[in-house]
Amino acid sequence: MLNYLIKRLLEMIPTLFGITLVSFFIIHLAPGKPTDILTELNPKITPEARKKLEEYYGLDKPIIVQYGMWLKRVVRLDFGESFSTDHRPVMEKIWDRSQPIFERRLFITFFINALSMLLIFLIAIPVGISSAVRQYSLFDKVTTVVVFIGFAIPSFWLALLLMMLFGIHLHWLPISGLKSMNYESLSLIGKIWDRTAHLLLPVFVSAFGGIAGLSRYMRSNMLEVIRQDYIVTARAKGLPESKVIYKHALRNALLPIITLLGLSVPGLIGGSVIFENIFGIPGMGQLFFMGVMTRDYPLVMGILTIGALLTLLGNLLADIGYMLADPRIRAK
Amino acid sequence: MSIFWRRFRRNRLAVAGAVVVAFLFIIAIAAPLISPYDPNEIDRAHILEPPGPEHPLGTDDLGRDVLSRMIYGSRISLSVGFVAVGIATIVGIFFGALSGYYGGWVDRIIMRFVDIMLSIPTFFLILAVIAFVGPSIWNIMVVIGLTSWMGVARLVRAEFLSLKEREFVLAERALGAGNMRIIFSHILPNSMAPVFVSAVLGVAAAILVESALSFLGIGVQPPTPSWGNILTLGKDNIEIAWWLSVFPGLAILITVLAYNLVGEGLRDALDPRLWGSER
Repeated sequence: MLNYLIKRLLEMIPTLFGITLVSFFIIHLAPGKPTDILTELNPKITPEARKKLEEYYGLDKPIIVQYGMWLKRVVRLDFGESFSTDHRPVMEKIWDRSQPIFERRLFITFFINALSMLLIFLIAIPVGISSAVRQYSLFDKVTTVVVFIGFAIPSFWLALLLMMLFGIHLHWLPISGLKSMNYESLSLIGKIWDRTAHLLLPVFVSAFGGIAGLSRYMRSNMLEVIRQDYIVTARAKGLPESKVIYKHALRNALLPIITLLGLSVPGLIGGSVIFENIFGIPGMGQLFFMGVMTRDYPLVMGILTIGALLTLLGNLLADIGYMLADPRIRAK
Repeated sequence: MSIFWRRFRRNRLAVAGAVVVAFLFIIAIAAPLISPYDPNEIDRAHILEPPGPEHPLGTDDLGRDVLSRMIYGSRISLSVGFVAVGIATIVGIFFGALSGYYGGWVDRIIMRFVDIMLSIPTFFLILAVIAFVGPSIWNIMVVIGLTSWMGVARLVRAEFLSLKEREFVLAERALGAGNMRIIFSHILPNSMAPVFVSAVLGVAAAILVESALSFLGIGVQPPTPSWGNILTLGKDNIEIAWWLSVFPGLAILITVLAYNLVGEGLRDALDPRLWGSER
């Protein structure tokens, strides 16, 4: 088992290398240069000054050399300096050590994604089981409709609708940011509620599509398992139905779900750009969007790399989970 | 084919989806004939008017008719959906066929490349590339297409792996047919069913991505109307103009739902394992 883990970890290295290589080339080969924006803002800039800037950023060198330079820094976890006017290191922008941990961008994005992942599993698995066990019941039909809508609904539209209903119409929940203006003056319980209230809509919106997908998947797994011979055997020997379902069927139906954990990470991270933009959440997605608009190569590359790393870690966790849950794999 | 049609027709939801898809096509093609106003006609006297007899779906912040803009917006959604999926399907078939037919190191390299593309948070990459090359409808189609071919490649590869050992292919080879002839006239046509299903589902996914990009302001640029960029106005005017948010989103939802229903219906109808399981 340890050998397998080490092998998997080693396999991640060439994949991560490939991801950064592909991203780096795509981003740097896209037409236009970051210095174009400076030129647009300041039409008086001379070609010499522009050239100097390009030299300063290393943009005059061949792209493969630029990649080499970038890679050499990244192995030391240094993503370089941002191209924006503040020139802060990218790492500091993503993980600002001068801030408390729950104010750091990477933490905010990670935390919201982790919460929505938890919500997805907590809701989707029981829903999937119940609709499989009572196939074609009213509950099953209703969830099927909800699932199809969940697949098709644009998350940003769902966000707008919920903001209108709970924020503007009912005034129950705040619609923007992570805390209120008067946060500092609140009591401890007030502070906890304030933060929770700000998180409710973003977490629900980012989880909704996943809940639909996973509950559908859980339902079809469960239906498949229930038809197996060993379930018939379990019933035939007189076990109560709850035991048949929750002890014999569930464990096998859950196995494929674990892989989904890894596969859903890129989608969740990608979605964070959208909901952080709508809800005004100062996370990594928002930072990425700003970086993209200002052609901040180091920042964009840094966040893409971290996103890919999180994806690979998600896959690894899924593998480990699978191994722990399935004795057949553990034995190998 | 006739079994297939009978099975598809029996699936009422899938037929409903197909009707909606056909209806959307008609709207997109006939846009100039059916839209009540010029979608770009600015009317400062009637800005942000709620739905009423003059403007069935209200007006936006420049007094433009929302219904007309949505009718024209359907052209964007449909064309982005189809062109992006066309690109993804061609690229996917190319890599999948190479990988599955030749195997060996070709297969290993291509599949590793697929793994890499699947591990990049694709939406981030799309966002970055479009922001850099500039938001235009063609760029959006190409970029969405080039970042969503991996599923098709895997499907085609799997089909090729199983088909290339079948008797009819071996017989063809024994008769002296070349690789290209075997790939294009024998294996490929037999592996198209799952590709077709995934293409229909892909249209839905591409429409969602386009609307998200337009919503973020880096997709289709105003004044060209798209469902996504009408929703941006909805967000800006969320406290005063609900109709700018509700209707375009509903249009996206219905369109994507229709494509998904058709796709699922096709999948079930094409899956021989389900044949005869219901009467």
